[in-house]
Amino acid sequence: MKELSIDNLQVNIAGQRIVRGLSLKVPRGEVHAIMGPNGSGKSTLAKVLAGHPDYEVTGGKVLMDGENLLELEPDERARRGLFLAFQYPSEIPGVTIANFLRAAVQARMPEGEELEATDYYARLYEKMELLGMDRSFTSRSVNEGFSGGEKKRNEILQMAMLEPKYAILDETDSGLDIDALKTVAHGVNSLRGPNLGILLITHYQRLLNYIVPDYVHVMVAGRIVRSGRRELALELEERGYDWARQEEREMAAS
Amino acid sequence: MSTETKAVDIDRNKGDFSYDVAHTYDAGIGLTENTIHYISDVKEDPDWVREFRLKGLKTFLEKPMPTHWASKDLEAINFDKIRYYLSGGVQPKRSWEDVPEDVKRTFERLGIPEQERKFLAGVEAQFDSEAVYSNIKKAVGEQGVIFVGSTEGLKNHPEIFRKWFGKVIPIGDNKFSALNSAVFSGGSFIYVPPGVKVKHPLQAYFRINAENFGQFERTLIICDEGSELTYMEGCTAPKFNTATLHSAVVELVALKGAKIQYITVQNWSANVFNLVTKRGLAHEDAEVKWIDCNIGSRLTMKYPGVIMKGRKARGEVLSIALANDGQHQDTGAKMVHAADETTSNIISKSISIGTGRATYRGLVQVPKHLKNCKNNTECDALLINATSRTDTYPAITVRGTGNSVQHEASVSQVSAEQIFYMQQRGLTEAQAMSLSVNGFVNDLVRQFPMEYSVELKRLIELEMEGSVG
Repeated sequence: MKELSIDNLQVNIAGQRIVRGLSLKVPRGEVHAIMGPNGSGKSTLAKVLAGHPDYEVTGGKVLMDGENLLELEPDERARRGLFLAFQYPSEIPGVTIANFLRAAVQARMPEGEELEATDYYARLYEKMELLGMDRSFTSRSVNEGFSGGEKKRNEILQMAMLEPKYAILDETDSGLDIDALKTVAHGVNSLRGPNLGILLITHYQRLLNYIVPDYVHVMVAGRIVRSGRRELALELEERGYDWARQEEREMAAS
Repeated sequence: MSTETKAVDIDRNKGDFSYDVAHTYDAGIGLTENTIHYISDVKEDPDWVREFRLKGLKTFLEKPMPTHWASKDLEAINFDKIRYYLSGGVQPKRSWEDVPEDVKRTFERLGIPEQERKFLAGVEAQFDSEAVYSNIKKAVGEQGVIFVGSTEGLKNHPEIFRKWFGKVIPIGDNKFSALNSAVFSGGSFIYVPPGVKVKHPLQAYFRINAENFGQFERTLIICDEGSELTYMEGCTAPKFNTATLHSAVVELVALKGAKIQYITVQNWSANVFNLVTKRGLAHEDAEVKWIDCNIGSRLTMKYPGVIMKGRKARGEVLSIALANDGQHQDTGAKMVHAADETTSNIISKSISIGTGRATYRGLVQVPKHLKNCKNNTECDALLINATSRTDTYPAITVRGTGNSVQHEASVSQVSAEQIFYMQQRGLTEAQAMSLSVNGFVNDLVRQFPMEYSVELKRLIELEMEGSVG
């Protein structure tokens, strides 16, 4: 069962129901896109999967390769292979990208084993090249004073270095111009392969022109209202989210 | 068969252990004129020093506790229960081979002889009241640099010692400088001749081993014209149930064009009252720089200062204070501009954890008649928990028209989002906290010598380990 499996998930924040019985399976090797209007609960889903303490799971199950994800601390989930590319990554003043990533890579190594610095830097520079990042980037503090594009590239750089089994990309296209979008998409595409499952969360179809998904799901008001192949995204773009909302109302009524 | 391990008392902190050591000289418990005479007799003080001590005692007894502005916790110090002088003798050894075994193993465990071999130009190691070891690399000694304990300094180099001793910090500067003046013992005496630039740091290590003890070292450093020196001090004590007192006085004199950098990394255990007076006198075009890292202790009160006496003199204080649960770091800086074109810089960073409290007190004085003086003050506080506390008391008096002053202060908190972000990358909550804190102090720590920045980073990690959960 090499898959991230979400079954009838229900989530509250401050007493309000945000995710209302959502089910979804992302096998490794596949890219699934979740599209939906603002306020549909897409980002909540991303944070809940990563274990954000502000959200309360009131029902449902999430299994990662058969293991109950919801019982684990956020850092345990990460070390077991779950990665979240944040929509709004935090700044960590005074901590350089090189040191931060080094600590993160080190955290995945068995106790007593020390990361080999030269190998680490060789790999880091290789991934940076892939993302068109200048080497001087490594000595900048994490996300401090970064442009929108730099922040997103930095997220994908971390993803490349940490080699997750499942990656959730939360609105990775927001705030990017077309060139930055292409670079980020190129980075993500180069990481695609049989060992990685990707959940792509986006508001716009545009991103899917560059990271072509295997499946598309439409999320409205806290649940998936429609799933299909790539063409669904185009249809959605053409017909708009009102059409999806209508579907949701019909589902709720039935 | 467990007797061997029983004699040693270890906790997770590197410095928290003590060995039973029999002292040859012990001034007993409590402080009277007899205590002073006992110390003076053991040390064979000249008359002027004995008188200096007696005057110190008188001033100490007359001065009230500064509790009208400082912490009431000072009242918890019981001066009648403290032992003021403990030593095995007044003559420090020049080789670790000659240091008594029971004392030597303490310093070996703290890694001092190893550091000396690696990167230091000279080391002095003080155990309770006296230096037990003092040595300077041959090449440095041949340049005329003097690096000895204060007892030896006043005995063998009276012409330099007496000229500056007690001049930068007079007996009556404050209650604790008076106490130190009465019972001082140990500390370093350093003289660097004109033009000599000492490449590697000189280091002193102050170790409190005995319970109910007060350590009162007295350091005097004179850098003659155009010379340069970096001096580092480290301090530790075991964790006793009773209060231990550390009250040092440090006087620095930088003559024309000289540069002194004085670095402190203290890691006191939580029973130590650390009440220290430190001040430097900078002559024309001279520079005095204090790098001060305060970790541990029950209460630390310390405000390193620089009096810029000559034109174009510079003063700097870079400080980091970490107040853990139940601790109070009351630290800051004093910058006294007393000549034209003098510049001073204060950068202070504090971290409060749990119920820890960090207080910044800054004093900057630029009188009206001076021209083109500059001061920059930055103090940043980081609060880890909702129960943590920080206060800032800047007192900046700048008069006249041709002078400029800049003051910035910030208080920040490690945010839950930041910790979550780091956890999502695989770091535990404690690792994330410690990385945040290291990031907060990073731009300052970068200015420290390599060996000390590594040590400081490790100490911060140890402090953060117990702070979450």
